[in-house]
Amino acid sequence: MIELQNVALRYGKQSVLEDISLSLGERRIGIVGANGSGKSTLARLLNGLLLPSEGTVRVDGMDTAKDGRKVRAKVGFVFQNPDNQIVFPVVEEDLAFGLKPLKLPKDDVSRRIDAMLARYDLGAYRTHPSHQLSGGQKQLLAICGVLIMEPACIVFDEPTTLLDLRNRNRVAQAIAELDQQVITVSHDLDLLADYDRILVIDQGRVVCDDVPQKALPFYVDLMS
Amino acid sequence: MNTRDIVYIALFASLMAILGLFPPFTMPFTGAPITVQSAGAMLAGALLGARCGALSVVLFLVLVALGLPLLAGGQGGFGVFLGPTGGFLLGWAVSAFVIGYLIDKFQDYLNGLSVVAIIAFGGIVVLYGLGNAWVAVAVDISYWQATVASVPFMIGDALKVFAVTGLTLAVRRTYPEGLRA
Amino acid sequence: MNLASGLYQDRASPLHRLPAGLKVLALVALGTAVFVIPDWQILLAILAAVMVLYGVARFSPQILWAQIRPLLWLLVVFFAVQLWLNDWQAGLVVVTRLAIVVLFAALVTLTTRVSVMLEALERAMQPLRFMGVNPEKIGLAFSLVLRFIPVIATVSHDVREAQNARGLNRNMLALTVPLIIRTLKMADDVADAIEARSYDSE
Repeated sequence: MIELQNVALRYGKQSVLEDISLSLGERRIGIVGANGSGKSTLARLLNGLLLPSEGTVRVDGMDTAKDGRKVRAKVGFVFQNPDNQIVFPVVEEDLAFGLKPLKLPKDDVSRRIDAMLARYDLGAYRTHPSHQLSGGQKQLLAICGVLIMEPACIVFDEPTTLLDLRNRNRVAQAIAELDQQVITVSHDLDLLADYDRILVIDQGRVVCDDVPQKALPFYVDLMS
Repeated sequence: MNTRDIVYIALFASLMAILGLFPPFTMPFTGAPITVQSAGAMLAGALLGARCGALSVVLFLVLVALGLPLLAGGQGGFGVFLGPTGGFLLGWAVSAFVIGYLIDKFQDYLNGLSVVAIIAFGGIVVLYGLGNAWVAVAVDISYWQATVASVPFMIGDALKVFAVTGLTLAVRRTYPEGLRA
Repeated sequence: MNLASGLYQDRASPLHRLPAGLKVLALVALGTAVFVIPDWQILLAILAAVMVLYGVARFSPQILWAQIRPLLWLLVVFFAVQLWLNDWQAGLVVVTRLAIVVLFAALVTLTTRVSVMLEALERAMQPLRFMGVNPEKIGLAFSLVLRFIPVIATVSHDVREAQNARGLNRNMLALTVPLIIRTLKMADDVADAIEARSYDSE
């Protein structure tokens, strides 16, 4: 459960988000909005990557401003561009990186990596250079890198924007199969069609908060 | 040192490696090979500041020493440091530091002229001061002889000073929020 | 592109199996020794011994030649300078010294994997922890460079293509400014991504 209370975020005089209070407990939550509406900023507040200028963000009662590390272990974040998220030159090294803070024994790390790669058909690439993977495989590896830390919730920031149709479908399916709570920022409205709840962001405010059947048509209307 | 500093340091070390891919071109008349790689060291100092700039050059050099063929022409390994031009490689780190320090110190007075002066001082005066001393010791000639021999290379570095100045000013204008130098 | 795999050449030899730290120490010792030995005969003997080590490491004469070739014209120039200033013995001392150091250093590089060298480096830095040096951070920086090089190469290709399309392919600034801006933005995202994976930078 993520709770935002009277949250505002400003850079100097420029206001990005204003007066946002939300309680995010549904299993699937979508966030939509135009470029520059503040939706990616909102996503980055959810795991403490950004801290609010006013108000508080709490994850299971922990303040993101005070318990940054614990919050980030609980809420994973997958970025739009996997090239910016994969930080290690070899596939297995990248997965091991996320496990480092847990200080697990070597065998345990190895077993978790095997299981994770097998789940997304990446087993053959374990010792491959990560830059040689295809765009879709990179995004799956980025998801693996977050999943392997076993977060309770995962935030996706436009996970399918850079992918072709086939890879988009594969990543969409991977996201749909997750047991965790998922919060997805996207322009890909099909991806959000069967979600539990959609937030429409416009000029730094939540202008609609409803089920997709109502919120998505509202958003399409707003944009035209 | 926060995560962002580490990433910037790694980024400029990588940029220096990429610059090594540009084929060296040969100066007319003198035949001295000029690479753009030393421009990477000047740029690291000018954009990252003294500490991070110098560390990014050091990181690059350690990777070269460990055996990655990152120097222009695909050279690498310990040998290049112990060879006659080793002083220039270590000099890159010092010149990045000096440039970063001076840019920071005079940050309220930065314009085309002052940046050219700072980068020329760090990238030529300091660099050749160290590099030529090394050459003189390594091959047993006098400091003066080493300096005379290095003049053709300095012409290439003078061109790099202007290019790096242009880049520094352009990048600082387009992306001021990202840099703390 | 093969930049990240290094100059290592796999062979089944005792030199390949020696610990990396030992080889580096030997290099430092030899590098110091040759600069205090003023006698060209002893230096030539050492040079011959180093060449024999290439055989021990099962490297062909071609590999040996490839190490010395980039330096060849410099060696000729240095010899000529010494011949002109002093005598041929002095020239031989300078040239043999350089050849010994360069060949032995190349031998260490050719017989040791980059990953093994990195591990040795991380271990060697452990005692520096009390001075505020954090070996894990340094390890992270190394990995990031190996990760960034192919990514920046791709970005640089994209930028060149985009500027080609605008007819700006000969303009140095038009090629490099977007490259640097894009990689700086990438660096910001990467730093975010590292922190999002609960990496502790303090």
